[in-house]
Amino acid sequence: MLAPMADVALDAPTATRDAPPRADFEIVPLKGLPIVGAVLVALVVAIAANRLWALEFFHVAAGGLWTSFDLFLGFVLGPILGRLAIPARVELTTRLMPKLLLIMPTLVTCTLASGWQLGRLLGTIDSGYANHGWIVASYVVVGVMAVIALAVLEPANVAVLFELKKPRPNPQVIQTLMKRFIYTAGITGAMQVTTLVIMTKVATG
Amino acid sequence: MSERALPPVTELGVVSMALIVAGGISIASQLPENVPLTLPILFLVASSLIMLANLIALARTPGFDWDAFFDVAKWALVGYAVIAGILEFVFVHDGVRGGILVVLTLSLVVYAVHVPLLIGFTVARYQ
Repeated sequence: MLAPMADVALDAPTATRDAPPRADFEIVPLKGLPIVGAVLVALVVAIAANRLWALEFFHVAAGGLWTSFDLFLGFVLGPILGRLAIPARVELTTRLMPKLLLIMPTLVTCTLASGWQLGRLLGTIDSGYANHGWIVASYVVVGVMAVIALAVLEPANVAVLFELKKPRPNPQVIQTLMKRFIYTAGITGAMQVTTLVIMTKVATG
Repeated sequence: MSERALPPVTELGVVSMALIVAGGISIASQLPENVPLTLPILFLVASSLIMLANLIALARTPGFDWDAFFDVAKWALVGYAVIAGILEFVFVHDGVRGGILVVLTLSLVVYAVHVPLLIGFTVARYQ
């Protein structure tokens, strides 16, 4: 998750030297919280109602967006960022990463919670289901992504934003933290492609 | 950048989270049959002990910026408590009961505490 910022680290030592004065930014965009709250309430309603369409909507829409975000940010926007001027990278980072702090956990929660409920409704998470091996494989894939995202990337994401908010950000700190994105981008990408394979297999029986 | 000697909080956090995930997969992969809980309980206990070790190691670190840690960790805790609450709701709504529910609930508690701990630590270590 959030792999794209990896390239910001490459020239980080020069980032503050070359960067123009930055506009202040919110680490967590407070305006987005009501939207997140509304989405999560809708998710709980969908689960409580246990309706196929609502659960399918949340699982497919949120899951598709989660995978798309990860692949787009990691393999499209990331390399583009790496070729931008340092001030542009910092500017984009301070505008994009706070939004991702709200978007990604919301998408992941919606995907997993609705997916579990959908599996209960359809019987696809039962151990007797024909494609049970594929389902267990999806647990492993999600588990790997969850450990990387929660224990490695999310803390780095927040710490980078705190560093960039300082009057004089320390480029070494940013570079150190951004290495985490570089090291994990390939794993996350592989897991997301595997997710696509597994989910299309399960959907088609 | 601060080069103070700090305990391997992130590395231990990765191991702890991996154990929680492994326990969850172990349970989920065997539903709705009778789920043997020995392995998930062992994973949960090991994960909890690692989290405790992380907290103790941090508490014994001289000069650690606890103000920054709590400033960040408390809000992260709110966020992850909400997520854990939704997942708990799903389990209860689906009729999960007994030992399985206890193990899953405690696993969510470890998850909801350890992730904010890791976020708070990563921010505070560079303050």
